[in-house]
Amino acid sequence: MIGQESAAPAAANWFVENAWLIVLLPTVSAVLTLFIGKRTPGRGAVYGILAIGTAFVLSVGALWQFVQHGGGRFVKSVEWFQVGSFHVEAGQLIDGLAAVMLVVVTAISLCVHIYSVGYMHGDQRYTWFFVVLSLFTAAMLNVVIASNLFQLLLGWEVMGVCSYLLIGHWWEERENSSAAIKAFITTRIGDVPFTFGIFALVFAAGFETANIEEVGHVIAEGRASNALVSGAALLLFGGTIGKSAQFPLHVWLPDAMAGPTPVSALIHAATMVAAGVYLVGRLYEVFVHADPFVLQFVAIIAGITMLGAAMLAIVQDDIKRVLAYSTISQLAYMVAGLSMGPEGVTAGFFHLWTHAFFKALLFLGAGAVIHAVHSNNMSEMGGLRAPLRTTFWTFLIGSLALAGIPPLAGFWSKDELITVASDGHPVLFVTFLVTAFLTAFYMTRGVALTFFGDYRGHGHPHEAPVSMTGPLVALAAATVVVGFVGAPQLDAPFAQWVFFEEPHIPEFSPLVAAIAVIVAIAGIAVGWGLYGRRREEDPVLQLGPVTTTLQNRYYIDRAYMSYVVLPIRDRLSSAVYWFDRNVLDGVVNGAAAFARALSLVVAWFDRRVIDGAVNGAAGTAGFTGGILRYIQSGNVQRYAAFLFTGVVILAIVVTRI
Amino acid sequence: MIRLPIVLFFSAALFSIGVYGVLARRNGVLVLMSIELMLNAVNINLVAFSQALGSLAGQVFALFVIAVAAAEVGIGLAIVILIYRNRETINIDEVNLLKW
Repeated sequence: MIGQESAAPAAANWFVENAWLIVLLPTVSAVLTLFIGKRTPGRGAVYGILAIGTAFVLSVGALWQFVQHGGGRFVKSVEWFQVGSFHVEAGQLIDGLAAVMLVVVTAISLCVHIYSVGYMHGDQRYTWFFVVLSLFTAAMLNVVIASNLFQLLLGWEVMGVCSYLLIGHWWEERENSSAAIKAFITTRIGDVPFTFGIFALVFAAGFETANIEEVGHVIAEGRASNALVSGAALLLFGGTIGKSAQFPLHVWLPDAMAGPTPVSALIHAATMVAAGVYLVGRLYEVFVHADPFVLQFVAIIAGITMLGAAMLAIVQDDIKRVLAYSTISQLAYMVAGLSMGPEGVTAGFFHLWTHAFFKALLFLGAGAVIHAVHSNNMSEMGGLRAPLRTTFWTFLIGSLALAGIPPLAGFWSKDELITVASDGHPVLFVTFLVTAFLTAFYMTRGVALTFFGDYRGHGHPHEAPVSMTGPLVALAAATVVVGFVGAPQLDAPFAQWVFFEEPHIPEFSPLVAAIAVIVAIAGIAVGWGLYGRRREEDPVLQLGPVTTTLQNRYYIDRAYMSYVVLPIRDRLSSAVYWFDRNVLDGVVNGAAAFARALSLVVAWFDRRVIDGAVNGAAGTAGFTGGILRYIQSGNVQRYAAFLFTGVVILAIVVTRI
Repeated sequence: MIRLPIVLFFSAALFSIGVYGVLARRNGVLVLMSIELMLNAVNINLVAFSQALGSLAGQVFALFVIAVAAAEVGIGLAIVILIYRNRETINIDEVNLLKW
């Protein structure tokens, strides 16, 4: 085992040193659940919950020790495999970013696991669900902890598979399996440039190492050309666009709502989409040392995504789709933060941290609502405030946090982002504020349509069981408090956790904070003004062409369908089919025909020459024997006569000599 | 003292009669007897040369030949008797099972 200590002695460092256990535990639980889950009382959820719970404790311990030691980077790796002189190692790279992410992922995953016990109760693939859930968590933790680019890629791809399995969990309905395929293929499109980005980085490091830290050193020392680093950064960002659902590959995320709601919570809050943002942070050296154009490109993509997705969230009727577009929009906040330099990275990750808690809360709350009314559509909800008291209050807290109302978590992170943008990023600053307004508006609309007014659905909704409300309360409590770790008034400890060099704390500006809060309150006020009392028609659906455009998602999905998917399916696939039939099969058939012709020649040779030689030898023997047999007359006296003749000849010969 | 050439002529005549008997006779017993004639022609030669050269080696050889001839006749007659028992003939023209 190769151990490198960058800081602090090994003593009293147990949690950080053994952070790999955090990845191992969910993996083991996935395997255990797979093999003995169905024979376990309660059908196997207990393994995942225990493993993730332990992993959560370990993660908190690791973060605590990390902070105690004042940061640094802890690398530990073992040889994984070797290709020629190129060694690939696997191991753990714990820095502030990773330590924070470990806590987020395990905390959210724990809540989702517990919640799923209630939500998935009675499902026909209950055990399988927990297998994939644990595996999904393990893959994300692997991405977080990975010390090597290929190890990161491994977790990244396993996550893609798990998301496919979970989104398509109820695959009996065609819509769900289509959504799973869409999610998988769309993220794959981003993964292709991502893979090439990794190759570019390995190439930049001279094919000597794929370790993230060493690659970072190579790039920080300027040993790789600017063009190569810029290209790598753009390619890597392709992976982020896919996994974190940024424009133009955002289309899979809303459809991913076809999966069970706990999965949506996990995908949206802690895993998968966070992986894309985390990747940029993890490889930030690449982006910093790339051409400034790259970060501008990142900012442009983020700006388009955040505004576009927020607009789409307004017109949705499906409560989960509102949250899905909200996630896309909030992810764009984080990505935009990453594009604004070191302070922006701190702010972006702070938003990732807070967003994970309140978005998980919102999704699980939405799940509880859906569980109660058996519909995703807000047009069939309403007035659920009274029957679903716990859900209502926790959902309200989550909504206010998302809208950015102090002192909830969302306020602190959003304010930090807006503060960073106010200093030299005017376009992003305005975009942030407009998006914040829209966010407050659509969340108000969602809350009003779901919990206020009269019930429009069927049956009598009941509050969810304790296994579901418990995580809701826990996450609501977390949503209230997690914001304070980044509060500038309290020295913003979060900034010190995340940034491994000197902390970058954005200056708190009362003016900016006031603007942000006013914008949020304005959004809520407008929303409440429009939806506070019951209307027959939804006002946002009365905007004519605007509504039509939004309801058709800017026609992007349709354009992809008619200009990408269908041409590929109908023309390219038939062209490929033709190529396959005529060229590939032609080559194969040609080879077969050649082999056949050759074998005919060989057969002729075999029959004529080899068999001929054998038969000829036999024939010669038969012919000779046919002549010689006449000597064998059976007449003893003729034999004796031969004998005498021979003796006489011999005698003559001998006497002559 | 008989002169050597006369003895050799006698011996050659006896041998020729034996050869004729072996090749021409159809009766198995007579064929055996003809072989005996040939052997004894050889014996006469051996003894005659032994006398002429004053060496006893020829006479010793003649004794060996007589012993071998006795054994040969014993086996030969036994074969003839067995052939007769199986085929009820001793005509060697009819004993030709070994032909192709």
